[in-house]
Amino acid sequence: MHISEGVLSPAVLGGGIVLTAIGTGIGLRKADYSRLTTAAVLSSVFFVGSLVRVPLGPGSVHLILNGLLGLFLGWAVFPSLLVALLLQAILFSYGGVAVLGVNVFDMAFPALVCHYLFRGFFGVAGVRRMFGAFCSGALSVAGAALCTALALGFTDEGFWTSAKILFLAHIPVMAAEGCVTALIIAFIAKNRPELLRFGGGSAKGDSS
Amino acid sequence: MIAECQGRKFSLFRTADPRTLLAAAAAASFCFSFVQSLGASASCLAFALILAAMGGISAPLLLKRLAAVNIFVLFIWLTIPFAMPGERIDVLGPLRWSADGIRLAMVTTIKCNAILLSFLALVSGIPLPLVGCALDRLRVPAKLVFLFLFTFRYVHVVGEEWQRLQTAAKLRGFVPSNSLHTYRTIGNMFGLTFVNAIDRSRRIYEAMLLRGFDGSFHTVTEVKSTPADKRFAPLFFAALVFLFLLDVYLR
Repeated sequence: MHISEGVLSPAVLGGGIVLTAIGTGIGLRKADYSRLTTAAVLSSVFFVGSLVRVPLGPGSVHLILNGLLGLFLGWAVFPSLLVALLLQAILFSYGGVAVLGVNVFDMAFPALVCHYLFRGFFGVAGVRRMFGAFCSGALSVAGAALCTALALGFTDEGFWTSAKILFLAHIPVMAAEGCVTALIIAFIAKNRPELLRFGGGSAKGDSS
Repeated sequence: MIAECQGRKFSLFRTADPRTLLAAAAAASFCFSFVQSLGASASCLAFALILAAMGGISAPLLLKRLAAVNIFVLFIWLTIPFAMPGERIDVLGPLRWSADGIRLAMVTTIKCNAILLSFLALVSGIPLPLVGCALDRLRVPAKLVFLFLFTFRYVHVVGEEWQRLQTAAKLRGFVPSNSLHTYRTIGNMFGLTFVNAIDRSRRIYEAMLLRGFDGSFHTVTEVKSTPADKRFAPLFFAALVFLFLLDVYLR
């Protein structure tokens, strides 16, 4: 999912940085320190999730889990993914500093949209909840793949084919991610249903 | 899982001010991203190689990182030379390669590796707590620094927890395969990690409140710039300006 450094044009990089800065600013302003502790621990979960490989077809994929983070964190998903990707950049050199803005926006923005679209689906047990969970997981990855593809496409017309291939290659990942997210939510619903109350008012309720 | 060796046997940057190193790495990333001509990007790579030599990165680590980043580069080489519109040339067999596409792929490859090398040389040797401290001194919002330091702190804890669950699953004969059972097991394991993480975050916050946490971190380590930093920084930024001007000239 990460775009490497040195690929994108300065205009796209700049756009990514500005959008991520806005999202991070709003995320930080909305979050108090108790919420930030949750965000930090969930960033660590995201980081660990990205190292977990799930078998899929002949190969395997790693979990992205941006949808799950988005559901629980709302706007705080921006700063949360920013620090997780910064840590990955420093520890594993995935991506880098200049491209960090684009990579964070690609993953955080679809997750935020899914948060607002589906947060009302989790109040009662049933098919609706599982549907919401599957869609949050799958659409967050779809959105992330789409944003990444667009970032490539807007850089140079020669990248359009690569962008299309990148998006198509993520379709199985979307399905896998949707299933895993639904199963994680099913586990949480069975054991700690009170954590799933992000519907209705702000998502703040689950942190206090 | 995350036992990445950050230490270096020999690095000229070991005693440098982490603020200078972070600012230098960021400036280098941006400068190299702007470069478009083949000549200037090759010069950037040469500059980055000098930095890597100064940073004393061990060869196995370097090769591992370069291999990871070049997977994306390989993907670019497999698509762009064929997909790019424009004049075609015969290079090899029946395939018609686009001259512009090859140029773009080459520049991208060189830039990508140059930025990786300079980043590895400058930043990846700094201990992460010191990175947090330097970010704080560079006036990054306090809440973001808090988030960064806490994420780093709990990555290990969450990672260990996940590995414990994985060991437990293995001991019960769990072998991942393409089945609903695998997905359900992974979902349950991750769900447990997730729930434990949220519970843990509440305990941490309560514990911090009890110890009088008021939203600010007090670091014991002082970051100081040394005379060597004061010599290094102007030279480094002059080199970047030179590379930028070279690119403008060659474009």
